[in-house]
Amino acid sequence: MELVLSLGIGIMTGSGVWLILRPRTYQVIIGLSLLSYAVNLFIFAVGGVKSNAAPLLEEGVDISTMTDPVPHALVLTAIVIGFATTALFLVVLLAARGLTGTDHVDGREQPK
Amino acid sequence: MSGWQQHLIIAPIVIPLVAGALLLFFDERERVLKAMISVVSCLALAAVAISLFRLANNGSDGFEGVYLLGNWPAPFGIVLVVDRLSALMLVLASILAIPTLVFALARWHTAGAHFHSLFQFLLMGLNGAFLTGDLFNLFVFFEVMLAASYGLLMHGSGSMRVKAGMHYIAVNLAAALCFLIGVSAIYGSAGTLNMADLAVRIGEIEGERRMLLEAGAGILGIVFLIKAGMWPLNFWLPGAYSAATAPVAGIFAIMSKVGIYVILRLSLLVFGQGDSAGLGLNVLLYGGMATIAFGTIGVLASQALGRLASYSVLVSSGTLLAVLGLNNGTVTSGALFYMVSSTLTIAAFFLLIELVERGQDAGASVLAVTMEAYGDADEEDEEVEVGVTMPGTIAVLGICFAACGILLSGLPPLSGFVAKFAMLSGMIGTGANSEAPIAASAWWIVALLILSGLAALISMTRAGIRTFWASMEGTVPRVLVMEMAPVMLLIALTLALTIKAGPAMGYMEETIRNLQQPAAYIDAVINARRAGVAEPSGPDGGGGL
Repeated sequence: MELVLSLGIGIMTGSGVWLILRPRTYQVIIGLSLLSYAVNLFIFAVGGVKSNAAPLLEEGVDISTMTDPVPHALVLTAIVIGFATTALFLVVLLAARGLTGTDHVDGREQPK
Repeated sequence: MSGWQQHLIIAPIVIPLVAGALLLFFDERERVLKAMISVVSCLALAAVAISLFRLANNGSDGFEGVYLLGNWPAPFGIVLVVDRLSALMLVLASILAIPTLVFALARWHTAGAHFHSLFQFLLMGLNGAFLTGDLFNLFVFFEVMLAASYGLLMHGSGSMRVKAGMHYIAVNLAAALCFLIGVSAIYGSAGTLNMADLAVRIGEIEGERRMLLEAGAGILGIVFLIKAGMWPLNFWLPGAYSAATAPVAGIFAIMSKVGIYVILRLSLLVFGQGDSAGLGLNVLLYGGMATIAFGTIGVLASQALGRLASYSVLVSSGTLLAVLGLNNGTVTSGALFYMVSSTLTIAAFFLLIELVERGQDAGASVLAVTMEAYGDADEEDEEVEVGVTMPGTIAVLGICFAACGILLSGLPPLSGFVAKFAMLSGMIGTGANSEAPIAASAWWIVALLILSGLAALISMTRAGIRTFWASMEGTVPRVLVMEMAPVMLLIALTLALTIKAGPAMGYMEETIRNLQQPAAYIDAVINARRAGVAEPSGPDGGGGL
């Protein structure tokens, strides 16, 4: 499971970085979204990867069998904030498309 | 600190939050009401900040208070902490807010929707970032501040601003993701996000986990350096700051200082001592010097005044970063003084530029956007103009321009000189340690500081001659008293800072002394007493409350 998770994070980060370096605004926003998925998974991963583990303290239960609840709280916040700011960026992107007539990030096409 | 005073700590966050939310209920047409709410909120904020500042200043060890949100004990819940440094930043932010808001009230606040709400939320994010004692909460307040700044940057619209805003948002979204990576790497290695708890635990972390922690801290550092505008992470800054409307650029002058505040806080609290001591100081030192050089070249090369001011922001950031990299207490306290002085100066300069450029018809592309935004605002604006057109406008503008030039280049008699003198004397003069030889890097900073001052002087003189002496064809700008007063107030503040330089420097030195001994901070946060809970810990359990 660790391998799958780390491969997933790695591939998404790689694709995300490649995409945000592209000249089209749509590519940039998809790149940022991929990066934020990768980061959200990364936050999960730092809490230690466990499956079927509860984040609840109980008397007499060994603490190593439980999952760390803090990354869950962090990732929720990160998702909400990431979603909101990405939505905002989308609006700006559309405004820029309307004002400049192109979807190039610099607002004009590269000279041929 | 007890009773109601304790709740003052959270007031700088709650006041703008409530005011900003309240403003959303009113229609854009109710301008006077909205302006009133905004002004009252800013005045209340300034009053709270100043009273917190006084409490912090009178506190015996400079330590005023820890506020436990939800009454959870410190390493588990979120804490807000006021010490000398955060009190200073709060005062600076709230003092800066009043003139920029008043300036905006003259006409700019009608150029787009929800200016006042966004302004209040920006203040909330700033204050929260200065107050919080928790890394993840810092992320949240950073995002609040940034989300508001995205809206403010594009206030007034126009393709120039939207384009600059798009770059700004893309850079900051990427930075926010780095912030999360850094924070979670730190959590993964140290198991805590509370800054004080982190400072305690960092001593116990060994081997690979320490490597992970330092990597996390490094990634986090990159985020703050992007905000502060260190070369080569600063190419977004001149475009964004010069495209923003004048009052927005004015309040943005403090936003680049947030990154510097966090770097100062964390480098002295967490990485002040122990095995990881001095982590990344070289990056700050050389990066800061590169930033000064880059900013200086930019200042010399700038045609438009807005870009000149933006590059001055970079020079100011670079100076602060390089000086922090030296890690010398005396010099750092001079740098704090410089930070206050340069923030006020740059804000005044951004406001002034807009007034000066109003008189010029032909101009840079920035101006065209300004005109465009005006076209909309002017027609409906006529009835609410409260001031009269000032006589001798050009003379007043010219004097303010000269004052800004003197402040930016660090010439006597204003506070820019005092600040640079304090830093230089800490590095090479009587303030320096006379036994130890002066490091080569200190000489480099001295040279760069003086050269950047010279460059500022040259370009300000050039711009001043072009604007005030040579422009025959330019009409005299119509300037309201309400727009001139904020600029004069900001310059008067730097004058006050010059006159009161002694006590101010004393405060800065005390601040740095407290920061260099983080034990008091850590103790106060970890042992903060919960309200209404009898602590069994005995006499040493006294926290800040």
